[in-house]
Amino acid sequence: MIPRPTWYAWKVWRRNWDVFFKTYRVNFLPPFVEPVLYLLAIGYGLGMFVGEIDGVPYVLYIAPALLAISMMNSSFFECTYSSFVRMYYQKTFDAMISTPLSIEDVIAGELLWGATRSLIYATAMLAVLIVFGVVSLPSSLLVIPFSFLAGLLFSGIGMCFTAITPGIDTLNYPAFLFITPMFLFSGTFFPLSVLPEALQLVAIAVLPLAQVVTVTRSLTLATLSPLFLYSLAWIASCAAIFFFLSIHLMKKRLVV
Amino acid sequence: MPVKPIIEGQGLRKEFGTLKAVDGISFSVMPGEVFGFLGPNGAGKTTTMKMIECVSPATAGVLTVFGLDVNRDPRGIKRWLGVVPQETNLDPDFTAIENLLIYARYFGIPPAEARRRSEDLLSFVQLSEKRNVPIEKLSGGMKRRLILARALVNSPRLLVLDEPTIGLDPQARHLMWEKLKALQAAGNTIVLTTHYLEEAERLCNRLVIMDHGKILVEGAPGDLVRQYAGEDVVEADHTPGVVRCLEEIGARFEVHGDMVQVFSDRPKEVATRLLSDCNPGRVFVRRGSLEDVFLSLTGRALRD
Repeated sequence: MIPRPTWYAWKVWRRNWDVFFKTYRVNFLPPFVEPVLYLLAIGYGLGMFVGEIDGVPYVLYIAPALLAISMMNSSFFECTYSSFVRMYYQKTFDAMISTPLSIEDVIAGELLWGATRSLIYATAMLAVLIVFGVVSLPSSLLVIPFSFLAGLLFSGIGMCFTAITPGIDTLNYPAFLFITPMFLFSGTFFPLSVLPEALQLVAIAVLPLAQVVTVTRSLTLATLSPLFLYSLAWIASCAAIFFFLSIHLMKKRLVV
Repeated sequence: MPVKPIIEGQGLRKEFGTLKAVDGISFSVMPGEVFGFLGPNGAGKTTTMKMIECVSPATAGVLTVFGLDVNRDPRGIKRWLGVVPQETNLDPDFTAIENLLIYARYFGIPPAEARRRSEDLLSFVQLSEKRNVPIEKLSGGMKRRLILARALVNSPRLLVLDEPTIGLDPQARHLMWEKLKALQAAGNTIVLTTHYLEEAERLCNRLVIMDHGKILVEGAPGDLVRQYAGEDVVEADHTPGVVRCLEEIGARFEVHGDMVQVFSDRPKEVATRLLSDCNPGRVFVRRGSLEDVFLSLTGRALRD
């Protein structure tokens, strides 16, 4: 049975949007501050010693990775810890499903919001990167629509964990065992080609962030990676799968 | 043309694994009625409310609200439902009025209309001065009243209240009752659960007492009291003399701790007899209450 969310999901999205902009000062701090710190410390600092990777200055090499990581973090953590708080502690979902909204609508709204958050953060960060002159234009502007798709992927994955976690503490497992390794081993700060071949294959086959980095890097460097289409298709299909799977799992958890 | 019930449940069951939370109940709620579900903890009241609210599917049986099947048309039903849940689930990320406005949006009420209704409802529940206060700054009574206002934002045809006055002080409780009375007078249909028997006696036209997932009795509070407790109840100290006397008269009585409770349709006679012949210590005659009915039907053992 495939869940069937409806356009009512946008009302849930809108609720989260309203909360976000109520506290926008705090929310907008990370996407502006983070890239500056990383660019200075790692891009320019560490970059002094690294020089170039695949003929690309190091700071240009990591700029797309910063975008990809930000897409992952903003959406994954929104649909894990934040969604869990709304579901479990605030009982926001319970209140919503007493209205014409169905549980499918509620979860779909949360996922769309997670994706939107990725878009907001990636866009803000992109502006900083443009100012630093470390991304190519105009191809980098495609990062904006792409960040929504990538965000939807990580939202769906995160929501699956939220659906099966017994409590908020156990969400630390996917955060440390899945997100942190991915943050380091997805071709973010060094190319996958330096890894043993088996690990390379694993990363290319299953790590969502590796796909997102591939696509983003192609866009910001304006040079198409041979894996570009593969990664894009991977992201699109997995985003769809996890979208429906997470709604299904949440329904199983909440409708008793 | 016969009046159609607002809610009709037939052979309704809800099982959680081996636990039978609701074990085959049938009931109907008529338009304009205040209908109560009473029972000890774990009797199945909240589960029944959740089935009416279309958020928990029944294991078996048929349940219709406004003539619509809860499984087939939950959206059509929920459109006209106002729900006051047992747990306070106001949205803590917003202020009092924002809670109403955002809830109105879930129902698709246009913003201008939502604002008008929200202001009216805030004044109805006497929270107008608190309109811009964040939820966490409201007292328990204020939160319950705001939830009532929230439940009314879609002008519901049926209000479902699960323990509407739980945890409130007497002032707050009386205010809540006043508001519910006003809603009843305006012709609203209301279903509520409570274990405050005084509340049920005051508010309900008709009620059922549930225990272990089943309905034990159904009727108007007054009728139930007359039928199960008698108009008046005599209470006396529990002494061997009193017990002997009562056995001689053949009166029906129950012993509760150091008191004996006598159910009789001739309470004055019993009291006079006790006073004159049995040296009873203290004797009281009081009106029978729903509490007597409740305790005699569900027993005095503690429930969790």
